[in-house]
Amino acid sequence: MSDLSPSPALPFPLQTVAPWKPEPWVIAERKEETAGVFTFFLEPRDGCAPMTFLPGQFNMLYSFGTGESAISHSGDAERSDGRLVHTIRRVGNVTNSLARLREGETLGVRGPFGTAWPMEEMRGRDLVFVAGGIGLAPLRPAIYHALNHRGDYGRITILAGARNPAEVLYPDELDEWGALEGVEVHVTVDRATDTWTRNVGVVTRLIPRAGFSKDNAAALICGPEIMMRYTVAELVKRGVTHDHIHVTMERNMKCAVALCGHCQLGSEFLCKDGPVYSFDRIRFWFEQREC
Amino acid sequence: MPHREGIIVSRADFDALFTALHRRGYEVVGPMIEDGAIIYDTVDSSADLPAGWTDRQEAGRYRLERRDDDALFGYVVGPHSWKKYLHPARLKLWEAERNEDGSMEFRDVDSSSAPRLAFLGVRSCELHAMAIQDRVFLGNGFTDPSYEARRRNAFTIGVNCGTAGGTCFCVSMKTGPAIEEGLAHDLSLTEILDGGEHRFLFRVGSEAGREILTELPSRPATPEDEQLAAATTARTADHMGRELPDAESVPALLLDNLEHSRWDEVAERCLTCANCTLACPTCFCTTVEDTTDLTGEHAERWRRWDSCFTLDFTWMPGGSARQSARSRYRQWMTHKLATWHEQFGSSGCVGCGRCITWCPVGIDITEETKAIRAGDARSQPATAS
Amino acid sequence: MTTTLEPILRKHPFFDGLTDADYALITGCAKNVRFRKGETLAREGDSADQFFLIREGRVSLDFPAPHGGRVRIQTLDAGEVAGYSWLMPPFVWQFDVVAVTDVRALEMNGGCLRGKCDEDPRLGYTLMQRFSQLMADRLAGTRLQLLDLYGAREESGYSAHE
Repeated sequence: MSDLSPSPALPFPLQTVAPWKPEPWVIAERKEETAGVFTFFLEPRDGCAPMTFLPGQFNMLYSFGTGESAISHSGDAERSDGRLVHTIRRVGNVTNSLARLREGETLGVRGPFGTAWPMEEMRGRDLVFVAGGIGLAPLRPAIYHALNHRGDYGRITILAGARNPAEVLYPDELDEWGALEGVEVHVTVDRATDTWTRNVGVVTRLIPRAGFSKDNAAALICGPEIMMRYTVAELVKRGVTHDHIHVTMERNMKCAVALCGHCQLGSEFLCKDGPVYSFDRIRFWFEQREC
Repeated sequence: MPHREGIIVSRADFDALFTALHRRGYEVVGPMIEDGAIIYDTVDSSADLPAGWTDRQEAGRYRLERRDDDALFGYVVGPHSWKKYLHPARLKLWEAERNEDGSMEFRDVDSSSAPRLAFLGVRSCELHAMAIQDRVFLGNGFTDPSYEARRRNAFTIGVNCGTAGGTCFCVSMKTGPAIEEGLAHDLSLTEILDGGEHRFLFRVGSEAGREILTELPSRPATPEDEQLAAATTARTADHMGRELPDAESVPALLLDNLEHSRWDEVAERCLTCANCTLACPTCFCTTVEDTTDLTGEHAERWRRWDSCFTLDFTWMPGGSARQSARSRYRQWMTHKLATWHEQFGSSGCVGCGRCITWCPVGIDITEETKAIRAGDARSQPATAS
Repeated sequence: MTTTLEPILRKHPFFDGLTDADYALITGCAKNVRFRKGETLAREGDSADQFFLIREGRVSLDFPAPHGGRVRIQTLDAGEVAGYSWLMPPFVWQFDVVAVTDVRALEMNGGCLRGKCDEDPRLGYTLMQRFSQLMADRLAGTRLQLLDLYGAREESGYSAHE
């Protein structure tokens, strides 16, 4: 049988072969955060390769037999013990299934995927982190990076909004960060009882009062799309331009390798072209309805 | 150029093509009639081809009719496309085991052993569709190993259309009807029924094609053969059932009219049945299914075709991003004709007309485009807001 | 001779950009006040004869909660304004205003200020514009709070898979 040479139909340069298959990782530690929110600290199984990632990227976490969920990295990318940190909220089948896993158990991990917060590009600027609810989790690696490389950035402002005092994420760290030189932290909730003496009101109201330089700031926003939209508007009022405002977008993910089509927002494959975008790049699609 | 000279093979000798392909371990897949339509399936000889049949296609309508000759390829395209072979509807991605100690092992499914298939009867629009899917699966950042293996193992025999379909508009999309030299294929042929015996004018498209062709009884094409072949495709080009005028301007037209009232109108007709995405040769969306057996120790991940028309295509806890039929129809059409350009450098549409024919309510993508152009927001007088 | 509060009034963001004549007119309606942490500046249902320009500290707008206790729906810091009910009938406070920290503020006499606005409708219009903006901003913020943006999304119940 003669072996024919293939059709000249494959003119593309070598790309990464799509990583469809997870690797097994072990839950070294599990921490309960707020109601329905928990954090896994993961280690690779013996013999498996460690993972490096950039702040803003995500992994697909696999619960055996149930499915995968796209979960942002939530830990320090320069962590010396190489553990992966993922803060997860129970919302559906997969995350509820992951919530049943205990320390010592195994799950599947593949990644990292997606674009990163542009930490290099923002050097020399005041940084403004605006987090809505669980949105603080995908921002935390960027906060860690800025604190690890303190000299590269100006003033750091962290504005965190939550539903109520019990649902403030990483409250101890927020207080730690607020105590640091040149770091300003404001926490606000949508409603509280009269034992709460911090802010009550939408997170955008914290922006006019924050001390960052309007001419030399870069903002990183993560939260529900409505919240991000209002936050962008408030930052623009304050003088920050669209190209210095960065958001992270969300759509459901199936493959995470730009092959299944599910995560598309207009022309963007959020798993590959995003999820982190400078606002000027994503503005057109961000502002469309029901796209 | 010697590479492109015409080689004539008579109808009587046509089955030598099958012999040559079978000798090399190829299974031949091509058009045949089943359930009142011309679909793609395994064909063992020319006797399996729909000789003497043609198709009458209109929006939401497909009928077979007898021709008054015995043409082997006297029809256009049916509900199947070659993606059923290159991008299978169901594919196992990997398997996993969970052991008693809780550890897990994941095993790849061998994707390098793809069947050797010879596609007989690939139209120009379909060759373009394959080239488009090449960009999706091999050029969008990650290579799909299953597609790559199947593509490498596919031998393509193109056919220059002798008949234009009722819903065809390849001329508007510059994807046919004639197979251009630069378009990847192994062999191409034009069926000639006039001026002598029933014969085929073959051209070589690749070295692999040349090797096969040399095994067929043949003679060089005469100028008259060449003329008849050229006339056939010219006649086809003149009889397109549809047109999409000014195709280069369509991306900007659609992206500037995302709130056009036409989307509301088409949404009232569209059943979101997903027929168009199933029939379309470039639609590629899939979903994954994670399964486990009853013991919970063995799991599999499968990939299967999906459609952006389904309500849960964009579902996340809390709801779907594209809830209304309006948003889902708009997504499909603007992706196919507009945003595809930004993603893959060409239109996603090859003008094959399948979406028009197989839509149960007869929605016509060319008609929708014309309606939007007629009410183009950019040319409306500014109104006081 | 009493020290005038005009320089303090001029510095407060809410009264920024008025004319010299305006400041002269309204300073007479202002009073310097201090509250200790936990004290009440105004009570729901009381007659709204005043509003407060916060100079230092934080106040909270509190409501009774549906099942007892009190709910805090808004805090206001230095540079902000508490109270708009002095502007329109029935001139009644809609919520409690409580000092969350020690507070220094300017208390503006509502009756006095309404009188000045009657005398000088142009000033009245300016203050109306500013208070309208304030109320619109509050309403927009309250709506966002109402949307419960950070609440865990309900499972829609429609899904064959996640």
